[in-house]
Amino acid sequence: MTDMNDETTKARPGFWKRLTQGLTRTATGLSTGITDLFTKRKLDADTLEDLEDVLIRADLGMETAARIAAAVGKGRYDKTIEPAEVRALVAAEIEAVLKPVAQPLAFAGETKPFILLMVGVNGSGKTTTIGKLASTLKAQGKKVVLAAGDTFRAAAIEQLKVWAERTGASLVSRAPGADAAGVAFDGLQQARAEGADVLIIDTAGRLQNRVELMAELEKIVRVIKKQDPTAPHAVVLTLDATVGQNALQQVDAFKRVAGVTGLVMTKLDGTARGGILVAIAAKHGLPIHLIGVGEGIDDLQPFAARDFARAIVGLED
Amino acid sequence: MFDSLTDRLGGILDRLKRRGALTEADVNEAMREVRRALIEADVALDVVRSFTDKVRTRAVGAEVIKSVTPGQMVVKIVNDELVAMLGSDAKAIDLDAAPPVPVLMVGLQGSGKTTSTAKIAKRLTERGNRKVLMASLDTRRPAAMEQLATLGTQVGVATLPIVAGQSAVQIARRAMEAARLGGYDVVMLDTAGRVTLDEALMAEVAEVKAATKPHEVLLVADSLTGQDAVNTAKAFDARVGLTGIVLTRADGDGRGGAALSMRAVTGKPIKLLGTGEKMDALEDFDPRRVAGRILGMGDVVSLVEKAVENLDAEKAMAAAERMRKGQFDLNDLRTQLDQMEKLGGLGGLMGMLPGVGKMKNQLAASGMNDGVLKRQKAIIDSMTKKERRNPKLLDASRRKRIAAGSGTKVEDVNRLMKMHRQMADMMKAMGAPGAKRGPMAGLASMFGLGGGGGMPSPEQLKQMAEKMPGGLPGGGMGGGLPPNFPGNMPGLPGGLPGLGTKPGGLPGLPGFPGKKK
Repeated sequence: MTDMNDETTKARPGFWKRLTQGLTRTATGLSTGITDLFTKRKLDADTLEDLEDVLIRADLGMETAARIAAAVGKGRYDKTIEPAEVRALVAAEIEAVLKPVAQPLAFAGETKPFILLMVGVNGSGKTTTIGKLASTLKAQGKKVVLAAGDTFRAAAIEQLKVWAERTGASLVSRAPGADAAGVAFDGLQQARAEGADVLIIDTAGRLQNRVELMAELEKIVRVIKKQDPTAPHAVVLTLDATVGQNALQQVDAFKRVAGVTGLVMTKLDGTARGGILVAIAAKHGLPIHLIGVGEGIDDLQPFAARDFARAIVGLED
Repeated sequence: MFDSLTDRLGGILDRLKRRGALTEADVNEAMREVRRALIEADVALDVVRSFTDKVRTRAVGAEVIKSVTPGQMVVKIVNDELVAMLGSDAKAIDLDAAPPVPVLMVGLQGSGKTTSTAKIAKRLTERGNRKVLMASLDTRRPAAMEQLATLGTQVGVATLPIVAGQSAVQIARRAMEAARLGGYDVVMLDTAGRVTLDEALMAEVAEVKAATKPHEVLLVADSLTGQDAVNTAKAFDARVGLTGIVLTRADGDGRGGAALSMRAVTGKPIKLLGTGEKMDALEDFDPRRVAGRILGMGDVVSLVEKAVENLDAEKAMAAAERMRKGQFDLNDLRTQLDQMEKLGGLGGLMGMLPGVGKMKNQLAASGMNDGVLKRQKAIIDSMTKKERRNPKLLDASRRKRIAAGSGTKVEDVNRLMKMHRQMADMMKAMGAPGAKRGPMAGLASMFGLGGGGGMPSPEQLKQMAEKMPGGLPGGGMGGGLPPNFPGNMPGLPGGLPGLGTKPGGLPGLPGFPGKKK
């Protein structure tokens, strides 16, 4: 087993800074909220309700927010409590939920080519994430083939081509409008012929409630399975950090149709907090592999539960 | 996943039946549910708060009209207030300036700027008869400029030739110059996606604005956005001064609370909705529909429109004619099943109906899925032509043969036959002279069931659409949709074979709890 994330972390001492930079606003927002809440107050029902609100603002959703607020309140009711302590407690609760799902994207050593299928709704950052992944894999000396399975969106193939050139990966594509499953098939043939280590298949963005588009995705998986019954070895769903409660439905549908094995959250360098990950972790227990914190080639970071949770409530490491 | 708000409020307020005016305590309790519904729909918390305050003021002391429950009354107030807040006046893109009129498109990465730019350009060209030039100022994302160029070719709109190495501001200036020389009416400037925290990029877009003085600055935002919608909208508005909002991916199954959040914090109108991947999937913003979605009342209007788009008018007419004469045979049933599939299968249909979110889950749990449709078609396909025309022929041994042929069980065949018989009976009743008319009958005829002329006219449809969404807008609750809408749709069973077969409920579905209210 090769674990790309460990290497990335080691190679990048500035990781913590990047993550906190990315989550700065999240942190400021939440911690200010919490400080305001608890400076001069006892932990009573009103306070807990306010804490719940603060979590809702971070997109954790009603249910998760209520559960975490309740967990913080448990046994501490009517006691005076320091804001810093509340923050640590909230972080600990969030971390407890996220810890089991913080798993690196592991490219199994024996499987060759390791087939990774990238799925998600439109504009969630699939192609960019593939580009960054290819770059990381290349840096580890892996041979990578990219299959341009987004044959629908204008210039999607060109976009992936630029990434292939940047990272030195080979690109397999067909004409725009071609059958995406065919591209996946070609990609696999090419990866085998080249003796590549990893094949990454891009797909067109699709909304999870579009039946015909989801059927197309199902077909891609079917075609890959026919070639290699153990494949795809990883099906990664990209989620935009700005997404709200609909992310739960996205995970549901893509899991059902494409057998999603893990998640990547992109665009965490904005003001969005990505708190929906906590709700998703609680509900689905799907591994969260990576987070995207910028447009640069190195801006893909391993997901670390403790860092994420602490950064969300504004605690320094 | 979400109960309709009416159902929830019903639970709280039903005991208040016929008690006259709503008291503060009643309303407070109801507002908690409203708050929950809005948060689940991703409306930003602060907006939720100001909204519920407004509704509370209006609702306390409001007289409950005799014919409605207090729950319905509150929902009506909530809905009205929501529509008002979303902006009851639809505003089109304003091009009233000296040409070339610059239109600047801004937004986060992946919100759909480039696609929306091309869609709007297409619309202005075709409907507005304008000569449009598009230019991509996205110098960052790989192939972004090629994307716009490709889309330009697709929709038949000119794009500014790509010159490598130019900055966004340079390209913008060049676009304006080219438009002046080329006699263009409108210049669409598509910018790179940016996070609002990126000072350099925000400065760049501000500079583009200063250089081109756009008449419209449109924020393109994803309708699936969560609580962050307020930050994004505020930041862009503060920096570049928005004139309107374009919401994309409105064809998703998100509840679109972001629309309310952004409208509330910027006060800027939502001008257009992106509703699909095709270049003409762009719709005018309709606050009533969006309000219905946010409240989890389903999107019946969309369902009706989708049905109209997909149904084969001729087939439907032929089927309607046959049904009227009571000749509904298994060939007709098969056509119905096909049309069901075209509408996105059971899930697709149910998702758009109000108040059926929970039922959808129960359906899934009971194994009722689109596989059933497929099997039912297989059963029909395993019959002889004669059997299909005359189902009465089917005795036990024929049924056994059909079951074997279609890989199903005799029970499945029996179930299908029973369903067919009930449908045929119902249709005969509906087709009979003097059958009840009303919006539902219109829908029935759309599904090829009703008596009349098969497909409803566009006027009829429009009328239906107006009456449908929760029956909320307009005068009183009585004229609209009954609160137990899904159960009360005599028209739909034809479109929902296997679900329900007689009017007034969804029976015939084994192990399926009856309609909820």
